[in-house]
Amino acid sequence: MAEKLEVKELSQVVVRFSGDSGDGMQLAGNIFSTVSATVGNGISTFPDYPADIRAPQGSLTGVSGFQVHIGEGKVYTPGDKCDVLVAMNAAALKTQYKYAKPQATIIIDTDSFGPNDLAKAQFKTDDYLGEMGIDPDRVVACPVTSIVKETLKDSGLDAKSVLKCRNMFALGLVCWLFNRDENLVDNYLREKFAKKPAIAENNIKVVRAGYDYGANTHASVPATYRIESKTKEKGRYMDITGNKATAYGLIAAAEKAGLRLYLGSYPITPATDILHELSKHKSCGVITVQCEDELAGCASAIGASFAGALAVTSTSGPGICLKSEAMNLAVILELPLVVIDVQRGGPATGLPTKSEQTDLLQALFGRNGESPMPVIAALSPVDCFDAAYQASKIALEHMTPVVLLTDAFIANGSAAFKLPDLNAMTAINPPYVPESLKGSWTPYMRDEKTGSRYWAVPGREGFQHILGGLEKDNKTGAISTDPENHHLMVGLRQAKVDKIQVPDIEIEGDNDADLLIVGFGSTYGHLHAAMDELRADGKKVALAQFKFINPLPANTAQVLSKYKKVVVAEQNLGQFAAFLRMKVNGFTPYQFNQVKGQPFVVAELVKAFNDILDK
Amino acid sequence: MSNYTVQDYKKGQPRWCPGCGDHSFLASLQKAMAEIGVAPHDTAVISGIGCSSRLPHYMATYGMNTIHGRAAAIATGCKVANPNLTVWQVSGDGDGLAIGGNHFIHANRRNINLNMILLNNRIYGLTKGQYSPTSPRGFVSKSSPYGTVEDPFRPAELCFGARGHFFARAVATDAKGTIEVLQAAYKHHGAAVCEILQNCVIFNNGAYEPIYNNEGRKKNAIYVRHGEKLVFGENNEFGLVQQGFGLKVVEIGKDGYTLDDVLVHDAHCEDNTLQLKLAMMEGPDFPIALGVIRDVDAPTYDDAVYAQLDEVAAKKPYHNFAELLETNDIWEVK
Repeated sequence: MAEKLEVKELSQVVVRFSGDSGDGMQLAGNIFSTVSATVGNGISTFPDYPADIRAPQGSLTGVSGFQVHIGEGKVYTPGDKCDVLVAMNAAALKTQYKYAKPQATIIIDTDSFGPNDLAKAQFKTDDYLGEMGIDPDRVVACPVTSIVKETLKDSGLDAKSVLKCRNMFALGLVCWLFNRDENLVDNYLREKFAKKPAIAENNIKVVRAGYDYGANTHASVPATYRIESKTKEKGRYMDITGNKATAYGLIAAAEKAGLRLYLGSYPITPATDILHELSKHKSCGVITVQCEDELAGCASAIGASFAGALAVTSTSGPGICLKSEAMNLAVILELPLVVIDVQRGGPATGLPTKSEQTDLLQALFGRNGESPMPVIAALSPVDCFDAAYQASKIALEHMTPVVLLTDAFIANGSAAFKLPDLNAMTAINPPYVPESLKGSWTPYMRDEKTGSRYWAVPGREGFQHILGGLEKDNKTGAISTDPENHHLMVGLRQAKVDKIQVPDIEIEGDNDADLLIVGFGSTYGHLHAAMDELRADGKKVALAQFKFINPLPANTAQVLSKYKKVVVAEQNLGQFAAFLRMKVNGFTPYQFNQVKGQPFVVAELVKAFNDILDK
Repeated sequence: MSNYTVQDYKKGQPRWCPGCGDHSFLASLQKAMAEIGVAPHDTAVISGIGCSSRLPHYMATYGMNTIHGRAAAIATGCKVANPNLTVWQVSGDGDGLAIGGNHFIHANRRNINLNMILLNNRIYGLTKGQYSPTSPRGFVSKSSPYGTVEDPFRPAELCFGARGHFFARAVATDAKGTIEVLQAAYKHHGAAVCEILQNCVIFNNGAYEPIYNNEGRKKNAIYVRHGEKLVFGENNEFGLVQQGFGLKVVEIGKDGYTLDDVLVHDAHCEDNTLQLKLAMMEGPDFPIALGVIRDVDAPTYDDAVYAQLDEVAAKKPYHNFAELLETNDIWEVK
């Protein structure tokens, strides 16, 4: 019988599950994070998967990872490096060990470290631990495959199905290591496979086997860990990825505005999950059209917008290239449209599954003519909900296309999401043309305050009109090439965007900071964590993370000029810094730029910011 | 009876060149709409870019003159988002078959309930005279001074290849024939392609010379009508018969052919083999087919979208955002 083990209290821990693309590492990681969230931990997850659907089994290119960061309080990032690495085969150990902390616990399936596996993973000898310089005392070497086969020998499952359960063994072992209540996992599985109870029970058996393996052998580790929960804001929560949160924000906005939600889209990594999610919710009246190409995705959304829907098109950078012409049409038509760019590594096909912030200038300026467009960048997986809602609100109330920037990192990452109350959210009131204007109305008459034109949806008698991609007369709405009129219309379209009210930028950290960190969008978590570390070290540091990029918050110039040293940190070669220099006179920031397709590493940020502080 | 007159659909002064076939087509479209009687405010006319795509500006309906090639995609979104609208999509041969070819075939494949007008003048007019994807091989234009070295699209072939269920053809100057096919397109539930043969007086004058006036059509065209004999000629003295895998023109009463041998047009036939043969006929050996060549019922995309919304709504327990949230694994922090 197992003797009592020491239980160490940790404030946070990072676990990375890794294996072949088909090993179900994402599911194991998701269950672990959900179960942790259920007991009140802060969570943040990050899937790191290859672009190939299924690379050859056991090969280095086929390894997929899923990192989970759990903490007693709020967790801002999925963590730099992991405390526990699960490697389901030799290739996973080879490629993923670099993400492990020096003292990390490594869990491996010794059944997947045979001569063939080692050869495929390009190990030279059978001393794979030695080759990688891993201390065997830190390794939980367990014949996972054999135990799973033994556990399920009477289950009636075929050999292939049995092997698919290996991930549940790893999950059970990790749950034991972190003192997770195995009943929570059982409940989760029973609910997930409610319609297939046999599958649920087989999975539960394997989870238990993993748990028991840990408990019976102590899994050669000196201690297990417990992560307490600090009281979070009271309320009801769910786990949500950025793409799902984006979809939910759109559904909420359409309902609030009393409009049908229409998505015109074309599959593209890493944005496709928005199409998947919205396609599920037909019972809420959502229409999704998977179009023949990216151009049609955007064009059909413009048609839907003309017809009176909340129209959306979703894509990634390469798709934005193709949609640009139609986005520009929406600018001159002055019709509401939400364009979602889940950024990935570029240029061209680039790194389809990896994350960058390299589409910012494309979103702002990548069109012919003077083509102003509001741009919003979501800060986190959860913030995608609010960002999508705000993008819809601005599009509908200001009769303009809006670009919502997210990226692969927050789109696929997840965190705990406090269920919002739609009743409490701000109203969305599109500027429908008032009935009183019947007879005198022309399409480019504007609301004085917002500068937005009115919306006359087809079907309304007496408001027939023609919109188009050709410049129109400001008064009559007829085609016009008049020089003065064009100059006026260019200015009116710009003024309309400039007039959009966005919240002031709020500074976090020290008011009297020696260094202001500036970022935008999805780097919020990493920059915040870096700031926290610097402040814990006694440094005076502040953070300004921009969500509203165009227009910028009204207090931007004032905030940026307040600090002696400012660093703009972004995952591109300095696009936001360039935009700020253009918008703020005399702004000369330090820059931290990294374009690796991977999230920032907090430790690297801390070092870079310390160097700037020391200058 | 319609509550509307032609005047209710007219707006502004068309700016096409004098003698352009677009003028007569516009007049026929407005007449057809008045006879159909769908209110101007329930009608949307959506075009791309090109001479003919200026058309919505002269309509008192809702309309959009959009960007080059995308009219069919924009019209798709418009119709799917608001199926109560009657949507007419207007494109030229460049707009519809070159830059917009992908949207043309997919609107047909999906069978969106659109009236798709293809004004085919076999030339790029607005950019001042380059060959188009319907210009014949060897066609001399500003961008092909020594003649083109490529074969053209035949719109009917493309429509049929995309599983289109309706194809009709009219000559722009033939008001009666044009109105007839426009009405049929409206009545057809689904994507309805009307190829309008239209003369560009400036850059491709005479492209349809043999059939551009009444006299010429009597000799060189055949009006096809569902259920009627495929006869043509000044005194209906010629007929079409099937020979082997193809069609053949015969003179009735000669070489042993009687009216009984002449084919009866079947626009409703699911199999499009003979319809395609009719659509592909050209002079001098064959008359050019005008009228409704194919008109077959099939499920439309927009109907299916709404049927599925209802079907799923009846099955699923959640119908709004608050209920949707409840479908997730939720935990409570107290």
